[in-house]
Order: sequence, then C-alpha cells, then structure tokens
Amino acid sequence: MVKQDSLITEEMQATIGVESEPWTLEIDKTSVRMFARSVGYTDPVFYDEEEAKKAGYQNLPAPAGYLGTPIFNPTRASEARGSRPNPEPSRPLKRMLNGGTDVEYMGQICAGDILTATNHVSSIEERQGRLGEMLITTSKTVYKNETGETVAIVTGTGIRY
Amino acid sequence: MSTTWDTVSEGMEIPSLAKKCNTQQLVHWAAASGDFYQIHYDHNFAEATGLENIIVHGALKHAFLGQLLHDWIGNEGSIKKVGCSYRGMDFPDQDIQCKGIVTRKYEENGEKLVDLEIWTENPDGQRTSPGVATVQLP
Repeated sequence: MVKQDSLITEEMQATIGVESEPWTLEIDKTSVRMFARSVGYTDPVFYDEEEAKKAGYQNLPAPAGYLGTPIFNPTRASEARGSRPNPEPSRPLKRMLNGGTDVEYMGQICAGDILTATNHVSSIEERQGRLGEMLITTSKTVYKNETGETVAIVTGTGIRY
Repeated sequence: MSTTWDTVSEGMEIPSLAKKCNTQQLVHWAAASGDFYQIHYDHNFAEATGLENIIVHGALKHAFLGQLLHDWIGNEGSIKKVGCSYRGMDFPDQDIQCKGIVTRKYEENGEKLVDLEIWTENPDGQRTSPGVATVQLP
C-alpha cells in the first residue's frame, strides 16, 4: 500500500485551539417562532408570550439547538461568524457533511437575548471511511449572554471528503 | 403535562415522536437555521455531489431530538445536554421516528437528572442519528 501524505497541513495544525474573533447573535420572537415552526413544535410557549411567561420563561424560550441568528450586514461581512482563514487540506476535498452536534446548556436562552460567540477548532483527524478519504474537524463554540454568563457550548463535527 | 423525576425509571422508553419532512419543511428549516447548503433543497445540486436525493439536514434531526425531549419533560424540566452524530442520511417524505430510553437516574449538585440514549430511526429500523441527552426534572 502506498503511504500517502497527510491531508492535514502544518497550516491547518496551527489553527487548532486558536480562538476566533467574537460574533453577535440575536434571539428574537420572530426567529424563535420560525425555528420552532420549522421543527414542528406544537407547545404554545414557543409562539405565545403570555403562555411563555405563564410557564416561567422571561419571553419565548429558544428551542433546543437554536442559539440565535448572526447579525447580517453586507458591509461588515468579514466580521460574520468568527471569520478567519480556513486553510485547505493538502489534497482538495470538494464535499462536506455535518458529522454531529452536541449542545450543552448552562443557562436559559429566550427571545430578547443577545449572545456573543467565539469558537475554535479542537481537533482535526483523517480517516478512510465509506466515503473514501475523510477529514474530520471538531470545533467548539461558546455562547455567552449579555451578562457574560456562558449559556451554551456547542461541539460540532464537520466531515470533508 | 410535565414529567417528574419520581415517575422515571432506568430502562423506560419515553414517548416517541414521529416526523416526516417534505421539502417545504426543509426550506423552512434552512431559513430558520441559516443553513443554506443546496444539498437540502436543490435536487440537481444534490445529485451533482453524488447524492441520490435531497437529504434532511443533520441539525434538523438534532432539533427533532430536542423536541422529543421537550415534549416529554414539559416546561418545568430543562435540557442540559442533547447531542447526536449523523450516521445515516434521511430523505424527504420518509418516516423518521425519534426515540429515547432512560439510561440513568441520579442527583447531582442538588439537581434531579436523567440521562437518556436518543436516536432517530429510518423506515428500515436503522438509527441514523444516535446520541445521548441529559435532562433535569422537577
């Protein structure tokens, strides 16, 4: 078997653990309703403020997996989503798939909250799988609310192949 | 409609949640989540990347599992952790069964907690998004 060079370049290795610039995400009533509707929630707490307050929430609660919508501004696109250089592997990989999502909650998130997120790549691995040569990147994103409290940590796995 | 910790036992199955997404729901999800990757709504694009069909967003299946937990615990409990990996593809207009089993019941830092094994299942009975969760209950 011919031993191929690693897909992972030194430049890619150097990105591991490097924290991104922060970016801002908003949670508002419309975005909570849109998210809840797209999943198919029927509990009125996600749609009706009165119901949400009756159930003990500050406002419409963010459904599991909803961590706000990044502020879009075409004139400041370079600041979106913790943007930073994303080095290419040593051989081109054209396709990607989402490998998994883990969300850990430390606090409650409701409409009206503004979150600040930063993220970093925690590991890069390569593997031979059913899709052929695969590059598996795990990243961690930490979400804080306006009081500085960490409300959620999301670990995401991306697969390029 | 809330589940209480006292009524939960290890090994018990929680009520399942049935899903079947059409392409319209995937477009709703794309807008709500901000994931506009075309393999989830553009058939030609999906085929050109080697897929046989449009596929359901992994993160939507994760969100289904979130709803599975929410519908079970109600608003007095809360989700501490919900995670899954995307092991198999699911397609529009196909049944997706969301299921969960309680694996551990315990108290920690004064909170009443329950760990679960959760997953989505395709019509062939394959677990396409297996994962784990922790919920806090009253």
